[in-house]
Amino acid sequence: MKEGKNIMDRIAEASKSITTGVDEKDIKNWVTIYIMGRGYRVPADLTILTAMEYAGYKFIRGCGCRQGFCGACSTVYRRKGEYKLETGMACQTRVEDGMYLVQIPFTPAEKAIYDISKEEYNINVFFKYYPELARCVSCNTCTKACPQDLEVMDYVQAALKGDFEGITEDSFDCIQCGLCAIRCPAEIVQYHIAQLGRRMYGRYDNPEPEHLEKRLKEIKKGKFDKEMDEIIHLNRKELEKLYAERKREPD
Amino acid sequence: MAEIKYIEGYPEYMRKAIDIVNKTRNKRKDYVPKSMTREEQEEVLKLHPDYAPGGKRKISIGQNKGDIAPDPVADLLEAYPLIEEGEIDIKSVDYSVDILIIGGGLAGTSAAIWANKQGIGKDKILLVNKLRHGDCNSIMAEGGTQAADRPNDSLQRHFLDSIGGGHFTNKPDVLRALVTDAPFIIHWLCELGVIIDREENGDFVEKWGGGTSVRRMHSCRDYTGLEEFRVIRDEFKNKEISCIEHFPVIELLTDGNNRVTGAVLYNLETGEYKIVESKATILATGGFGRLHIRGFPTTNHYGATADGIVLAYRAGAKLRDTDTVQYHPTGAAYPVQVIGYLLTEKLRSAGAQPVNKDGEAFVFPLEPRDVEASALIRECYVRNKGITTPTGLRGVWLDTPMIEIKNGKGYIDKAFPGMKRMFNRYDIDMCKDPVLVFPTLHYQNGGVETDPEGKTNVKGLFVAGEVSGGVHGKNRLMGNSTLDTMVFGRRAGIYSAEYVKSGRKQGKLTLEHMKKYVKMLKNAGIKKERRSPMLLPEYRGKAALARMIDVF
Ligand SMILES: Cc1cc2nc3c(=O)[nH]c(=O)nc-3n(C[C@H](O)[C@H](O)[C@H](O)COP(=O)(O)OP(=O)(O)OC[C@H]3O[C@@H](n4cnc5c(N)ncnc54)[C@H](O)[C@@H]3O)c2cc1C
Ligand code: SF4
Ligand code: SF4
Ligand code: FES
Repeated sequence: MKEGKNIMDRIAEASKSITTGVDEKDIKNWVTIYIMGRGYRVPADLTILTAMEYAGYKFIRGCGCRQGFCGACSTVYRRKGEYKLETGMACQTRVEDGMYLVQIPFTPAEKAIYDISKEEYNINVFFKYYPELARCVSCNTCTKACPQDLEVMDYVQAALKGDFEGITEDSFDCIQCGLCAIRCPAEIVQYHIAQLGRRMYGRYDNPEPEHLEKRLKEIKKGKFDKEMDEIIHLNRKELEKLYAERKREPD
Repeated sequence: MAEIKYIEGYPEYMRKAIDIVNKTRNKRKDYVPKSMTREEQEEVLKLHPDYAPGGKRKISIGQNKGDIAPDPVADLLEAYPLIEEGEIDIKSVDYSVDILIIGGGLAGTSAAIWANKQGIGKDKILLVNKLRHGDCNSIMAEGGTQAADRPNDSLQRHFLDSIGGGHFTNKPDVLRALVTDAPFIIHWLCELGVIIDREENGDFVEKWGGGTSVRRMHSCRDYTGLEEFRVIRDEFKNKEISCIEHFPVIELLTDGNNRVTGAVLYNLETGEYKIVESKATILATGGFGRLHIRGFPTTNHYGATADGIVLAYRAGAKLRDTDTVQYHPTGAAYPVQVIGYLLTEKLRSAGAQPVNKDGEAFVFPLEPRDVEASALIRECYVRNKGITTPTGLRGVWLDTPMIEIKNGKGYIDKAFPGMKRMFNRYDIDMCKDPVLVFPTLHYQNGGVETDPEGKTNVKGLFVAGEVSGGVHGKNRLMGNSTLDTMVFGRRAGIYSAEYVKSGRKQGKLTLEHMKKYVKMLKNAGIKKERRSPMLLPEYRGKAALARMIDVF
C-alpha cells in the first residue's frame, strides 16, 4: 500500500496554502488593501481574514470559527474612491483592490439579565429589558449593515409589536456579530433583543411533543434498565450480531 | 486568476463538467447505489488517512507510551512546556475558585450552568477561554443532535448504532450514559427556549444520520450548534457566572500527588500570566482539527489545537483512541476561500448524491463517515474520476439540486440557509448547480479517558466534550457529539460540584508533574525544539514571517 502514502502526500501538497499559510511564489494575482491605514500587497484570492494573515497579522482576537458562524471577525471597510462604509465578516469577504479596513472584534453592548422561566409571554418583556427599543426611527441602517442579509429592522419592528414568531423567523440566522448595533443611531442592541425574543418563542410557543414526554416517563420508570444492563455487558461478537440484525426504519 | 473566465461562480472548464452532472440527474433520480458489504468496506478503508501508511507513530513517553498517534499529536505530547521551571511565581494566587472550567464551548458552558444549579456560587466558578466565549467548534455544528425519543426508537437502538459506528470500541458504561441522558437534554433545550425544527403537528422533525438505523437527528435548520450554543451562553450570562476571555490555560497545577489543583493562565494580549487555584477542574477544550493531520484542511475553529490532551497528559491523565481521526466526507473543495468547510451530512440525508466526473453516483451516500470519505478519496486518486480545481485540489460533485427534486422547490432555503448563503457569496447557486467536495479533517474521536461521571484517572480533573475519549470509541456518529458535550458537560458540572461539596480542601499548588515530565523528555533524548500547548496555528504568510524580528 505504498500507493496510500503517495495519495496522502498528493492531497497534502494540494492543500498546502490552506494548511500552512500562503506562499508568495504560488500567487499570480495581487491586490493592495489598507489594513488600518497601511497598504499591503496581498493575493487576490484571499478573504480579509486570510489576507491579514498573509500580511503578517497573527490573530488573537477577531478570529473564531473562520467560517461565518461565530461573529468574531466583524469588519468595517470602504472601497477606494467611495464615501460609503461597508460592513462584513472578515472570514466571509473577499479582498478587493483598494479596500480600506478595520476590524471590530468586540461590541461593548449591554445584555440584560433575566430568567425566562419567570417571564410572562407578552410584549412587555421587551420593554422591561430593552426600553430603548421604542426609539427605533426605522432608518433601516441595521438591515444594511447585516452580513447575514437579515431583515434586521423588520425583526426590531416585530419586537415592537410583540410578534414573537416574526422576530424568530427574521432573526434566526443571526450570528450576533454586533454590526447592526454599532451602526444604529438609536443605540438599540438588536441581536440581544432577538435572543430574548427567540428564547421566549421557543419556550412558550413550542410545547414539547408528546413523544418526548412519553420517552422521559419511560426512562424514569426504568423501562429500558434491564435491557441496558444486559447490552453493556455483551461481548464484541454478540454486539456485532445484534448490530448486523438491526432493521433499518423504512425511508 | 484573471485569465480564467467565470460563469456563475465556476470557471468555464468546471461549467462543462457540470453539464454532465445536469444531464445525468434524471437518470439518477430513482437510483441509489447499494451500500457496501463488509469486505468492500474493508478494502476501501485502506485508503483512509488513518490506515494509509505513514503519518503516525508510537508515543514515546508517559502513560500511553507505545500507543499510536498521528505525528502532529505525538509532536505536541513530546514537547517541552511553554514555561520554564522557576520562571513564574505560583505562590501568589489571582483567582481562588471551587470549580475551574477550561474552554467555553457547549461542554464547558453547560458544565458551568449545572455546577451552579448544584449550588456552587457564581463567583466560585470560573470559565476561561482561549478566544472569545463562543469561538469554538460547538457554534458551527450544522447537522443536529441525536436522541432516541420517537416511539419506534429505543435507548438500546441508539446504543447499538453508536457502538457499531465506533467499531465496538466505545466504553459501554459511558455510552449508556450518553443515550440515556439524551432525551433529557432535548427536554432541557426546550425549556431553555432552543427552537428545534418541528413537523406540522408539533413533533420534532427527525432526520437520518450516517450509520443510524432510525431517524433520530434533531436540528435547528442548518444552524443547530449556533442555536444551541447561543441560548446556552445566554443562560450562562443570565446566571452571571465568572468568565474570562483571550486567556488560555498554558499549564495545569497539581499537588504533586496525582491531583489537579489549579492552572496557569496566559493573557494573549499583554503576555502576563495569572494563577488560579481550584478544588475541581473541568477540561472542555475541544478538539484538534487545526493540527491539519496528514495535511488535510479542516472544518474546525481557529483554536482547535489539542491543548487539552497536552495539558492533561502532562498532569498524568490517560488518553485513549488517539490513533483515529474523523474526516468528514464532504468538505468544500471549491472555491478556494471555503476549502475544508463543512457541508453537512444532512445534505446527503436530504437526497444530494456524490457524483463523479462522468456523472455517475458511485457510492451509497450514507455510509459511515470513514467509509464514505475513503470512497471519495478512491474516486479522485485511484479511479481518477474527480475534478481538479484551479488550485490543484481534486474533488467530486455533491449533486445538491437533487435535494429540491426530492423535497420540492424552496426546500434548500428553508433547511440549509447557512450553506446557501456561503456559496452565494461566491456566486454559486447550490439549488441550480452541484458543489465540489472532498474529505476534510473534522473530529477528534479519542482523547482524555473519562468515566460516566466525567472523571479521569487524575483526582480533581474532569473532562467533557470533544477533548474526552471513550464514548465514541474509534469513530463518532453524526449528532452524537453535540449530544456528548451537553450530556457530559452536565455530568461533569454536577459531579465536580458533588466532589467539591464533599468537603474538599484546596490542594497545594506545584509544578511537580511538569518537572517530572521534562525529566522524562530529557531521558528519552527529546530535544528542546518543540513547545506545547500550541494555542494557535500558524497561518502568517511565508514572506512576512521570514522578516519578522522580536524587539520587546
Ligand atoms: C463545522 C462543524 C460541524 C459540526 N456538526 C456537528 C453536528 O451536526 N452534530 C454533532 O453532534 N456534532 C457536530 N460537530 C462536532 C461538535 O460540534 C463538536 O465536537 C462539539 O461541539 C465540541 O464541543 P466542545 O465544547 O467539546 O468543544 P468546543 O466547542 O470546540 O469548545 C472548546 C473551547 O475551548 C477553547 N480552548 C481550547 N484550548 C484552550 C485553552 N488552552 N485554554 C482555554 N480555552 C481553550 C476553544 O477555543 C473553544 O472555545 C461539528 C463540528 C464542526 C467543527
Ligand atoms: S438602525 Fe436602529 S433605529 Fe435604524 S431601523 Fe435599525 S433598529 Fe431602528
Ligand atoms: S442581526 Fe446584527 S448581530 Fe445579527 S448577524 Fe445581523 S448584524 Fe450581526
Ligand atoms: S471568524 Fe467566525 S464569523 Fe468570521
